[in-house]
Amino acid sequence: MDLGLSEQQELLKNAAREFLENECPETHVREMEEDDKGYSPVLWQKMAEQGWQGLLIPEEHGGAGFDFLDLCVLLEEFGRALVPGPFMSTVLGGAVPLMEIGSDAQKAEFLPKIASGDLIFSLALTEPSARFDEAGIECQASVSGSDVTFNGTKLFVPDANVADYLIVAGKSGSGTTLGIVATDQPGVKVTQLQTIARDKQCEVVLDGAKGQLLGADGKGWDALKPVIEKYTTAECAYLVGLAQMDFEIAVDYAKERVQFGRPIGSFQAIQHKCADMVTDVDGSRFIMYKAAWSIASGQPAADTTLAVNMAKAWCSEATRRVVAHGQQIHGGIGFTKDYKIQLFFRRQKRAEIAFGDSDFHREAVAQQLGL
Amino acid sequence: MDWSDSPEQAEFRKEVRDFIQKELPQAYRSGEDGGEGFEGGWQADRKSEDPKRRETAMQWADALSKKGWIAPAWPKEYGGAGLTTIEQFIYNQEMAEVAAPMPGGMGVSMIGPTMIVHGTDEQKAEHLPKILSGEVAWAQGYSEPGAGSDLASLQTRAVRDGDEYVVNGQKIWTSGGHQADWLFALVRTDPEAPKHRGISFLVMDIKSPGLSLRPLINMGWKHHFNETFFEDVRVPVKNRIGEENRGWYVGMTLLDFERSGIAGAISYKRSLDQVKKFLDSNEGKQFRRQDFDAVRLEMADRAIETQILFNFAFRIVSIQNRGLVPNYEASVNKMYGAELHQRLSRTETKAWGLYGNVWDPKSKYAPMKAEHVQDYVGSVPHTIFSGSNEIQRNVIATRGLGLPRG
Ligand SMILES: Cc1cc2nc3c(=O)[nH]c(=O)nc-3n(C[C@H](O)[C@H](O)[C@H](O)COP(=O)(O)OP(=O)(O)OC[C@H]3O[C@@H](n4cnc5c(N)ncnc54)[C@H](O)[C@@H]3O)c2cc1C
Repeated sequence: MDLGLSEQQELLKNAAREFLENECPETHVREMEEDDKGYSPVLWQKMAEQGWQGLLIPEEHGGAGFDFLDLCVLLEEFGRALVPGPFMSTVLGGAVPLMEIGSDAQKAEFLPKIASGDLIFSLALTEPSARFDEAGIECQASVSGSDVTFNGTKLFVPDANVADYLIVAGKSGSGTTLGIVATDQPGVKVTQLQTIARDKQCEVVLDGAKGQLLGADGKGWDALKPVIEKYTTAECAYLVGLAQMDFEIAVDYAKERVQFGRPIGSFQAIQHKCADMVTDVDGSRFIMYKAAWSIASGQPAADTTLAVNMAKAWCSEATRRVVAHGQQIHGGIGFTKDYKIQLFFRRQKRAEIAFGDSDFHREAVAQQLGL
Repeated sequence: MDWSDSPEQAEFRKEVRDFIQKELPQAYRSGEDGGEGFEGGWQADRKSEDPKRRETAMQWADALSKKGWIAPAWPKEYGGAGLTTIEQFIYNQEMAEVAAPMPGGMGVSMIGPTMIVHGTDEQKAEHLPKILSGEVAWAQGYSEPGAGSDLASLQTRAVRDGDEYVVNGQKIWTSGGHQADWLFALVRTDPEAPKHRGISFLVMDIKSPGLSLRPLINMGWKHHFNETFFEDVRVPVKNRIGEENRGWYVGMTLLDFERSGIAGAISYKRSLDQVKKFLDSNEGKQFRRQDFDAVRLEMADRAIETQILFNFAFRIVSIQNRGLVPNYEASVNKMYGAELHQRLSRTETKAWGLYGNVWDPKSKYAPMKAEHVQDYVGSVPHTIFSGSNEIQRNVIATRGLGLPRG
């Protein structure tokens, strides 16, 4: 029983923080908001040299073989630095499903190239129905041997504009079916959306898009469940880092900003907001790590599912409270584009609703508790 | 990060579980009569008119005392078990899981440890054994009508007269004073000194001439606390703990106890689980409000928040187990736990709709012995005592986050 980081995790965290402070400063985050690709290939390569895209990937496939909890330690730092780009898409939406259900050949084909930074992946799950459950999938999949062809529209697909491959969820006669689809084919049409976080979420129209079958025909939803649980927990980890930084910026500002002849941080109305912020950030951190630990240590599936639902239900709402306080503490300056705090506020919203917001996960918790 | 036990922790947990399985008296087992009165019932049971209650209390205390588990955190030389903080945590966890009444009260948790650190050999020899045997119950006389959150402004005066102090003044909110034998109190011995530096720490027989108690009935119509008056109460100087005028620091000594508050989290979880179970039972269905959907998601929220509190408790003991002293984290636990307690009792009361009126535990119209509506009132002071939630937020902001004091 111990809620501290291991020595190896401390090292990972410190190395990541130092690297990202140098390589991903605020200026870079802002540049990528306006950049068509939304990421820097140079930084992407440097991250691969750190071993990050391959952190979870077993050594035999060119990765570092760390566990999921370690990845969440890293993602907390990504949230803190608001790292733009297709990292989560590639790792959670590509490497993870390949590791879970890929054939040996598929693992051998893709995992080493993900680890080396040569391939970008993304998960094409949601559709105009904007649902996170199996019923939300209407895109058609027709399977023939180990090939699969998709017809339909995928929506809110992150980083599809730069992805080399998409893992697409569709419905065949046998049920939900997954495929690995290359984006450089005429049957794949990608259109970027303009989003609150200025990240690169896309509409992907699949018109006879061809790919290789991933997992068994009709067994896609079962296969996706652990992927979605990991992705959801990863979003929580990102939120924790984001909220931690927002909170630190707000506390620093409260110490410096003087009104009525004294720092605003000496006013109780501000102090108590800060106290609530740290409670929400810490609460988010531990409930996220509880889910990550549950996944990494292979706790019983029902426990893990409940832990993940609880984590996302809590983190979505608690980090929203944090960034709202962060804005309030800053007064007018916080509402300007030039000041940094708004970068956190806008990105919080994206992660809050990714894979379901508090209402969605609270309902899932209620069902699991038999309420 | 690891939420599971190490092999040693698992072994100790098993030892506690086996002990409970074997020794916890039937009358204390969950769902049965857990006694009444303050502090989990044991103190009241210990002195009950009813011989059966007295016997149960003593039987449990005897079993615990054989293992030094009346005061598991005290060093062995004083009759405790000298448990490490993580062992204390496991002990507290397991006892809370079965809602076992904890003997000892404030004697074990507050005055005993204070004496162990600051007391003379004579004081320890006189008081510690009686705390362990349950022979003597203690009450705390800190707060005054004019000194609540600003405790150091207290005015109760102690004037030295030879080898006695003569005490005059008033304390208030003295919990369990009417069931206690001894009182520990902070009194002013130097009115000229800065407020924290003129206070001394005294212990006195609560039957001392000139000391009187007047019941204060709380909003739940219960006699829990009292006003305490001092009129020329003579207290021997040898009853002072620590140096004269250093009493503030004696009273504030941070003891090396596990202070995670895990028992609260466990009781909230149990409470939710029981409500859920009851709602599904035939009896419970009669009390379930028609539009239950409104409460359903609230209950899910409370379940999630209880996990947050568990994690906060785990964090504290992790910090302590690494040999560090929690800073703002302990205030986060108190603040969060108290507010959750209030939200929880509100949610649970809501589940009963109109039956949320019924206060009488014996009424046939009382769902689950009216415990939730009683808790709805009973949780009100949780955000006040032991440092109000406003004070906790001040502490988090200034001591924890380094914001400038107002
Ligand atoms: C059930 C119960 C049992 C108790 N048992 C005991 C006992 O056994 N022995 C004992 O000595 N005492 C006991 N107390 C007293 C308890 O410690 C005090 O009630 C507590 O310290 C608050 O003091 P107060 O009631 O005078 O409130 P006040 O200090 O007057 O506070 C009133 C309000 O003002 C707020 N406030 C005060 N100062 C500040 C500040 N600086 N910033 C922001 N807000 C502030 C408070 O948070 C509160 O909301 C008990 C109290 C209760 C309710």
